[in-house]
Amino acid sequence: MQPDHHEIELTVNGTRYRRTVESRLLLSDFLRHELGLAGTHVGCEHGVCGACTILLDGDPVRSCLMLAVQANGHALATVEGLAPASGELHPVQQAMHAHHGLQCGYCTPGILMTMTAYLNEHPSPSEDEVREALSGNLCRCTGYQNIVDAMMDAAARMREEAP
Amino acid sequence: MSTRFFGAPVKRNEDRKLLTGQALFIDDVELPDMLHVAFLRSQVAHARLKQIDVSRARQRPGVVAVYVAEDYGDYWQPGPLLVQPPPIPGSTFNPRTQVPLARDKVRYVGEPLAVVVAESRYLAEDALDDIDVELETLPAVVDIEQALTSSSVPVHDDLGSNVAAHVHQVKGDYRKAAANAQIILKRRFRYEHGISSPIETRGVVAHWNARGQQMTIWDTTQAPVFIRNGLAAMLGLGERQVRVIAPFVGGGFGPKIMMFYPEEVGLPWISMRLNRPVKWIEDRLEHFVATTHERGQIHDAEIALAADGRILGVKDVFLHDTGAYNTYGLTVPINSQCTLLGPYVIPAYDSTFTAVFTNLPIVTPYRGAGRQHGVFVIERLLDLAARELGIDRAEIRRRNLIPPDAFPYNNQIIFQDFAPLSYDSGNYEPVLAKALDAIGYQRFLKEEQPKFREEGRCVGIGVACYVEGTGIGPYEGAKVQVQANGKVNVATGIGTQGQGHFTSFAQIVADQLGVDPSDVDIVTGDTDQFYWGAGTFASRGAVVAGNAVSEASAAVRRKALKLAADAFECAEEDLVLADGKVSIAGIPGKFIRLGELAQRANPMRGAVRPGTEPGLESTQYFGPPSGATANGVHAAIVEIDPLTLELKVLKYVVVHDCGTVINPMILEGQIHGGVAQGIGNAFFEKLAFDDQGQLLNASLADYLLPTALDVPRMELDHTVTPSPLNPLGIKGAGEAGAIPVGAVFAQAIEDALQLTSRKVELLEIPLSPSRLFELTRQEDA
Ligand code: FES
Ligand code: FES
Repeated sequence: MQPDHHEIELTVNGTRYRRTVESRLLLSDFLRHELGLAGTHVGCEHGVCGACTILLDGDPVRSCLMLAVQANGHALATVEGLAPASGELHPVQQAMHAHHGLQCGYCTPGILMTMTAYLNEHPSPSEDEVREALSGNLCRCTGYQNIVDAMMDAAARMREEAP
Repeated sequence: MSTRFFGAPVKRNEDRKLLTGQALFIDDVELPDMLHVAFLRSQVAHARLKQIDVSRARQRPGVVAVYVAEDYGDYWQPGPLLVQPPPIPGSTFNPRTQVPLARDKVRYVGEPLAVVVAESRYLAEDALDDIDVELETLPAVVDIEQALTSSSVPVHDDLGSNVAAHVHQVKGDYRKAAANAQIILKRRFRYEHGISSPIETRGVVAHWNARGQQMTIWDTTQAPVFIRNGLAAMLGLGERQVRVIAPFVGGGFGPKIMMFYPEEVGLPWISMRLNRPVKWIEDRLEHFVATTHERGQIHDAEIALAADGRILGVKDVFLHDTGAYNTYGLTVPINSQCTLLGPYVIPAYDSTFTAVFTNLPIVTPYRGAGRQHGVFVIERLLDLAARELGIDRAEIRRRNLIPPDAFPYNNQIIFQDFAPLSYDSGNYEPVLAKALDAIGYQRFLKEEQPKFREEGRCVGIGVACYVEGTGIGPYEGAKVQVQANGKVNVATGIGTQGQGHFTSFAQIVADQLGVDPSDVDIVTGDTDQFYWGAGTFASRGAVVAGNAVSEASAAVRRKALKLAADAFECAEEDLVLADGKVSIAGIPGKFIRLGELAQRANPMRGAVRPGTEPGLESTQYFGPPSGATANGVHAAIVEIDPLTLELKVLKYVVVHDCGTVINPMILEGQIHGGVAQGIGNAFFEKLAFDDQGQLLNASLADYLLPTALDVPRMELDHTVTPSPLNPLGIKGAGEAGAIPVGAVFAQAIEDALQLTSRKVELLEIPLSPSRLFELTRQEDA
């Protein structure tokens, strides 16, 4: 192995991967270009836009601000794993569709990951709280209103589904 | 034809792919053996290029090639003039277009100097550091007023001055109007528009297949057909050998239709040269200087009015920053010039502009495309006039509106589409009335505001009107084809960047052919699927391509009915087209599915009769004679913290008229997004350059885009005055949300802070809290 390369092992959406990567490889690039999970988008590469948000052991993180080697041993979740296998969409995805919460859809994966994690922890947020939770994700197309409405609706759908 | 879907808020066909991470964006294109490209960009704004030494870079392991301008040989050519200037008598226009790589001189920070091709993007960027550049720095031309003084250096040496264009347009006799005026008000206005900054940056992938002699280019462009035609010519290929695909594009808003960006020219050439696929994806820091901006204008404008507030005339002289090159012709300043006239009767207009070359990135249209600048000037002039004459702000607007019986209303000057600026249809007063009603204008001024003031709260109201020329030619086309499985395929030449074309076009087809919109597959932006077209710009996709889709599906409908009538040996009038089949009215069991008709239209035996064509398909084109004019009114109530000057929007109302509506849900989304960009423009988004032409805020941490906390809930309403210029009666809506926001906020902030009594006028945009602090403190001091 070249000195700057490391073997890492991690799971993404429940699938186990083992790869040798260069130490400087960004986690976002690793997911997109090494694992072919291109649903995670990159909008700025400096931690501001939120498009690259994934879950690391259940918590939202910006995959452009992490190196692939730092994910060694962790469990990751990306937008590709959000919808259950049945083909049904996750309630957050359903609500985004129902409320026209996406236009170009480029910011969408990051928003879905940020907000599913948020709604899991905050099942009954107020609109202001949703806006606050969403404020780290930039969307240039929608003006946010429909996303906010979608999230309020998603929270209700998730409360209903919860046991 | 039924209208079950046209006009309904049908949910989008494209959402599922986007929501599950399956949509193909440019950076998702992966090809075997692909190489990666990074550009070395100039760090200085203006310099003579003495020497570039790339020898060290070429030796770095993993680097496959490094090119400078000389390596391009004859392929190195300045880009084409994308938009010719309209034929306005007496105008000057000095076209200077961008080059694929800088050769003798660099003219803005970010201009590409060299290109590195390597096995990975990481390696390509490493090698940029190995390139030695020797420059002789020249003074940077940054300020548009200083640029025109005799002491300024020229951006383009051969021109001798920095005048990119000079245009004078006149309607009526302003001097006479001024002589008859009760008052004349004159002010200087500065309006800055920023960078569109879509969340996806630009990118190009080029793949030359030497065996097949085929070039495939994936490009985040809004105009794939133009890109194909231009690149085929430059590469010495036939147009049939070049396929340009605009995949899912993560927002555009204007700048993704420049032509050609240096990267678009470079990558196909490199792929042919190296016989391998190559990819370049712009990073965000590059985007701030390598993608076009819109930026600023300075207007010296005056308005002449009668005592009752009627406008007698307007005179305007303005400077427009065009950046280092003016590839996009006069589109932006002409839009400013024309849109200033707004929805008002302005009998005399005398408008002159000078477009100025600077050592700053190129200026091309960004959502609104110069219209904001013009609207800001006329709306602020009316506010000042209202105050001087003691007339209510809304009332002075109402008195000047073009009356409904005056349409088509010819403003006599020439618009960006070369046609006279003529408004096709409109009914403006109800739009204003609805907006005033929705915002509670009278109640606010009479009851609420006095109460707020008593409580020491600074709350103000603003209302502004605008028109928007939309849906201009030349034309678009569409091919509608019923397939054997009963699904309908539609191809058009435009690109799509989130406007919902996959759904709105499907709705048009669904009604004509009696199918469900989810059974209509739309293909946009693939030149192999549809050969002709212009692109998505100027709020024209739905208007121009939508009408082409409608005509093509109507033709397919006629074919289907004819085929079925032959099969059933009955009259076409007895047939019903619904639920994916043609049936005989009153005999539900007697039907034939559309898919089966499609098969019959391509028979295995027998002859296709003369005068008919095989296949259940049709290709139709639509070109409007001129653009359709939409209009609207925005109104807002805002509160300002008097200490921090932070602003909170308490209420925001948009009432607009964009003719017939295909999908109100998609339309509202377009307005929401436009307003959000307008808010960014009005408050935060200023591209801050130093006097050396360095962009000081070239990151999303420094150039702030509005977040979910900055954009308020918006209340929308509309009226419908169909356009007579196209069969569907549609007017464009893509830019409407963004246009008047600056004007509304300047007015509302003045009102909230009672700046009039402090003799402060807000004559510029953006108005960030710190800028407001400067402006108000100056006067207080
Ligand atoms: S790409 Fe990671 S935050 Fe923007
Ligand atoms: S939908 Fe385009 S950036 Fe959010």
